Amino acid sequence: MPLRPSTIGRLCRGAATATLLTASLALPASSQAEAPETPLTLYSGRSESLVGPIIEAFSEATGVAVDVRYGDSAELAALLLEEGDRSPADLFFAQDAGALGAVAGSDLLAPLPDDIVARVPDTFRDAASRWVGVSGRARTVTHTTAEELDLPDSILDFTDPAWSGRIGWAPTNGSFQAFVTALRAHHGDDAAREWLEGILANDPVAYPSNSAAVEGVAAGEVDVAFVNHYYLLQLLEEHGETYPVGQHFFEGGDLGSLVNVAGLGRLASSDQPDVATAFIDFMLDREAQQYFAEITFEYPLIDGVAADPRLPALASLDVPDIDLSDLADLKGTVELLRDVGAID
Amino acid sequence: MTSLPGLRARRAVPSHRPPLGLVLLAAVVAALAVVPLIHLGLRVVDGGVESLQPLLRPRTVELLISTLVLGLAVTAGAVGLGLPLAWLTTRTDLPARRAWSILAVAPMAIPSYLLAFSFVAALAPRGWLAELLAPLGITATPSSYGFGGAAMVLTLTTAPYVVISVRAALARLDPAADEAARSLGRGPWAAARVAVMPVILPALGAGALVACLYAISDFGAVSILRYDTLATAIYSQYRLSFDRSAASALALLLLLMALSLVWAEGRVRRRAALQVPHGARRAPRVVSLGRWRWPALGLCAALTVLSLVVPSVTIASWLASGLRRAPQLWDALDALRDSLLLASAVALLALVVAVPLSWLLTHVPGRTSSATERLLYGIYAIPGISLALALVSLTLNVAPVLYQTLFALILAVALRFLIQSVGALRGPWLQISPHTREAARSLGERPLGVLRTITLPLLKPGLLAGFAVVFLSTLKELPLTLLLAPAGFSTLATDLWDSAREAFYGQAAVPATLLLLISFLSVALLMRRGDVQA
Repeated sequence: MPLRPSTIGRLCRGAATATLLTASLALPASSQAEAPETPLTLYSGRSESLVGPIIEAFSEATGVAVDVRYGDSAELAALLLEEGDRSPADLFFAQDAGALGAVAGSDLLAPLPDDIVARVPDTFRDAASRWVGVSGRARTVTHTTAEELDLPDSILDFTDPAWSGRIGWAPTNGSFQAFVTALRAHHGDDAAREWLEGILANDPVAYPSNSAAVEGVAAGEVDVAFVNHYYLLQLLEEHGETYPVGQHFFEGGDLGSLVNVAGLGRLASSDQPDVATAFIDFMLDREAQQYFAEITFEYPLIDGVAADPRLPALASLDVPDIDLSDLADLKGTVELLRDVGAID
Repeated sequence: MTSLPGLRARRAVPSHRPPLGLVLLAAVVAALAVVPLIHLGLRVVDGGVESLQPLLRPRTVELLISTLVLGLAVTAGAVGLGLPLAWLTTRTDLPARRAWSILAVAPMAIPSYLLAFSFVAALAPRGWLAELLAPLGITATPSSYGFGGAAMVLTLTTAPYVVISVRAALARLDPAADEAARSLGRGPWAAARVAVMPVILPALGAGALVACLYAISDFGAVSILRYDTLATAIYSQYRLSFDRSAASALALLLLLMALSLVWAEGRVRRRAALQVPHGARRAPRVVSLGRWRWPALGLCAALTVLSLVVPSVTIASWLASGLRRAPQLWDALDALRDSLLLASAVALLALVVAVPLSWLLTHVPGRTSSATERLLYGIYAIPGISLALALVSLTLNVAPVLYQTLFALILAVALRFLIQSVGALRGPWLQISPHTREAARSLGERPLGVLRTITLPLLKPGLLAGFAVVFLSTLKELPLTLLLAPAGFSTLATDLWDSAREAFYGQAAVPATLLLLISFLSVALLMRRGDVQA
């Protein structure tokens, strides 16, 4: 039977449709076959605006959906401690090593495979492999460039009354709290309390977050803010090079330039440890490390990925001699902050 | 919030035993409301004497005072603005009165935290207002932070509630009473005192109560404006404490404060209760403002600028800076979907429960009814942060199945705003005379037919208003959603909150715009149904 053109057309269209249908059914089906039925649950002490895109990239690459609960690192650490082994979380992404240490200290984190943690230098991971650093961040002082400032040589010297009414900080922020923990570990509790009281005597402006503190400097509300190094670079990106803020790294091993990590730990109670481990693996892979270097402007922690050229190299920073595993007493720091009246 | 104090007395339906089903419903609602609070109390007791330690700190007294002072200031401000606005937009020849009457209520669509962000953005030393004023030689702008800013933002946010409440009372006011007083020889002021004030006062009281409860329990605006209250302390204790009993103790304290306010207002209202006469009412006289219309216009315009123009300009400037980066439209659409889902589910659930409950309250007066109503008021008065804390702890420790589920969130928010839909339905229920239904029955209509042809159409305005008001409240809701939402669930409100707290205003712009658009739509829906409910 001769085929009329219209019939051929119909057949072709039919075949094409069938192929498309099969393809569209088969593609998600094949990725679903590997993906678990329940999504990964991640507690993130890092904000959605910073890590949301890279978490999405993981989902796209693997087909694994990730449900994220965002909060402060300390809040989520406390929540994990309260939930114990009933926690729905598979992973904890903390803003600082201290919060990870606090959770690890309660035996809630499972050890990670060596081939994953070994990608990161010793100083940036737990000795028992219960958590691993994913990106590095240095403490700095951001300052206004609208006027000439005489910045002190040490973060400890901001207790000078000359700084009264000019300081911004974010006392509820995990990175700040890790800095205070380091202060306690390095100089002792009394010295830490004395420093906090000295700063409080200067009427600092308490911001809800690091970036809000930097915006406070730009808006002229304060002259300096104690924050991590990458907020300024992100805001420069948003506002352009005329943004009237600069930042200062301390020298001589001053705690004001403490280098900490944001890191990941896998909950021992996770019911899908393999997928959770794959998530950590992904974050320590080249693509994710480049994201942290180029988009969030943090220090990448694996070999072969370079930090933003505007930053001093991680190795060149004259960092204080602090073992990040010693910063786990977050509870003590929060109590101290409450006691001196820095937080409610 | 309901504002129908006078209506309760309008009709005496012969009292009979309430149907068992309704009593059961009331009991379930009561149990849902009371159990978390008992749990909160137990939590404090559990923590022992140590958990009461934070209550004894001098800081707690400071917070208590700062919370009370804010509550009083906002109440005074909201009444001071709301009362004249209500009168100007109903009883006078104010130019463009209809437009102003909409503009006076429109700020209801703007969440307090968004207004707070706007004032911060406008009034920063290098904010947009400073830039705007710089060519005029004005370099210093007042600070938005602290008590002044918090009181101002919350006054602007709550004044519409007073306007709505008082306007409803003014609409019910029969000019005959005023005229009778005048004809008996009273002067205009004295006549107003005996004939007008008794009707207005309960409405004013109800509006003032809403304003005060809002102020003491507000968490978003005060934390942005850096004015420490009990609510901010509870949040901080919750987020940064490894021992939750201290937060629970503070939450109980705030709860007691709110409940004593409700109780005090109830007493004042009962003393001022007045029978509103039956019968046809005439349209009230319109007062000619004369030369006073200029200051009156000035007041309306100033309020509109502060509560509507400032946030609009701020969001526009956020949008402008956000467009420079790629706006994350997909995230905003996800949040939009979650917001709509949550708000519709909550409004629907509240409505389904409110229809029988409001029937109970209006048709079966008695102890069950008044207890239920007081309880509903109580739940509404519970600061969101206290309720959220109670529910986190309760679900985690007692009902882990519900922990961090969407269902628990919907239940909690619906419970909190239930009184709003009940309030919206009371009026319509009272307007459906049982005689109409009996007449329909006697003419051969079956019960379902009566429901369809008589009851539902008459109830419809109330159903719509009840849905819209809970929908609106849920859209703007922050503390319950922040603490109870399951992982991965974020609304426009929480997205806006998270981005703006991080000072990523460009990212906050899209959720802010969407939130405002839907909110304005639901306010418009409310307004179309008349002002009686809010």
